Amino acid sequence: MWEFLQTYGPRLLDGALVTCAQFVLAALVACFAALVAGLGRLSDFWPVRSLSIVYIELFRGTSLLVQLYWIFFVLPLFGISLPKFEAGFLSVGLNVGAYGAELVRGAIQAVPRGQWEAGYALSLSPAKRMRRIILPQALVLMLPPWGNLMIELLKGTALVALIAVPDLMFVAKQINGATFRSAEAFGAALLIYYMLARFLITPAMRGLERVMARRLGRA
Amino acid sequence: MNFDWRWAFALEILPRLLRATVNTLLAAGIGYAIAMVLGLVFALALRSPWRLPRFILREILEFIRSTPLVVQIFFIFYVGPQVGITLSPWVAGMIAIGLHYSAYVAEVYRAGIEAVPRGQWEACRALNLTTRDSYVRIVLPQALPHAMPGMGNYLIGIFKDTPMLSVIGVTELMQAANAIGSETYRFIEPYTLVGVIFLALSLPTAGLVRLGERRLRRKLGL
Repeated sequence: MWEFLQTYGPRLLDGALVTCAQFVLAALVACFAALVAGLGRLSDFWPVRSLSIVYIELFRGTSLLVQLYWIFFVLPLFGISLPKFEAGFLSVGLNVGAYGAELVRGAIQAVPRGQWEAGYALSLSPAKRMRRIILPQALVLMLPPWGNLMIELLKGTALVALIAVPDLMFVAKQINGATFRSAEAFGAALLIYYMLARFLITPAMRGLERVMARRLGRA
Repeated sequence: MNFDWRWAFALEILPRLLRATVNTLLAAGIGYAIAMVLGLVFALALRSPWRLPRFILREILEFIRSTPLVVQIFFIFYVGPQVGITLSPWVAGMIAIGLHYSAYVAEVYRAGIEAVPRGQWEACRALNLTTRDSYVRIVLPQALPHAMPGMGNYLIGIFKDTPMLSVIGVTELMQAANAIGSETYRFIEPYTLVGVIFLALSLPTAGLVRLGERRLRRKLGL
């Protein structure tokens, strides 16, 4: 086991770095998509609303793997050619964003009515009311489920290996193919994924929850 | 822009994809059954009075929940032969999916068991029932209906995760689409049809699950 790590450790680490890059970029895509679609879902303007619903249902109703293959293999036929790295984090981000959009919608609707009325009474513009009053409170409400969603997102990035993005899973598969030491190769990959989730993402999300609660004076 | 969708080709491959869909549904059903049974076992084991095994099991379930299912599928499929157990893709895949989702389902069961009022336990104690009898005859019959509303989403989740089984060669929908793609060099029809089939199955199921759960909640007075 020790000499296995000595020989293949650096490669696994390279793979883990690619996984981290995919995670960060996909998370940005997911947050953006979730915010836009979540707000769009509540819009009074029906084209925006139906577009958001189509996006959410389309990405929640099919598998991530199907979306990944579709974006990578079929989009080029429409003239949109994405390199594998970009196709990878974009599909993972869009998939998770659709789940996130429902969280955004739920959290916004869970902000007490009085807050909306107060915004009205102060004659804030709808945009300002949303930005200064509703969204910050919704954010605190939806952070805990977003923590789970971020773990799902990390797990989702493992699939980009199937379109040959050289991430952790891809490296593990290569090592397995070259050495047939499956237990070590996939075991090491599983452990690294676990450590990323348990010691990086979960504490970071907990910290964010605390900071946001304190900023709203709810610590 | 060289977009060309061929209806004739799409119609030609549709029967093959639909046959593979049967396998996908079968995989989802078996995986779900395993997860339901294993999840209950885990949920009960998590309430064992011994602290150390409980702690270890909780960590294992946390591990299963926070690592990717694809890697687990590969792990089970390839490590089996290394220790002398050769698993077919189907068996390895079903074990992986069942195990993965049992870690989630165990939490749902746990919540259901914890929702049973303390008085019920005290009544069991008062009637001098054994632990086993308390669970089997008093607690579980009340806990399971309460746990049911959370279960439907995992059925849909398993269904949407079955394409991952294609990586070890289980002949389900995704595998069929990949095969068609590599035989004919046409990807647009197979992959689009796979997406459509998934939508056509998962949207109505999601609706039914929501409806069923609302009915169940009302019936239980939740």
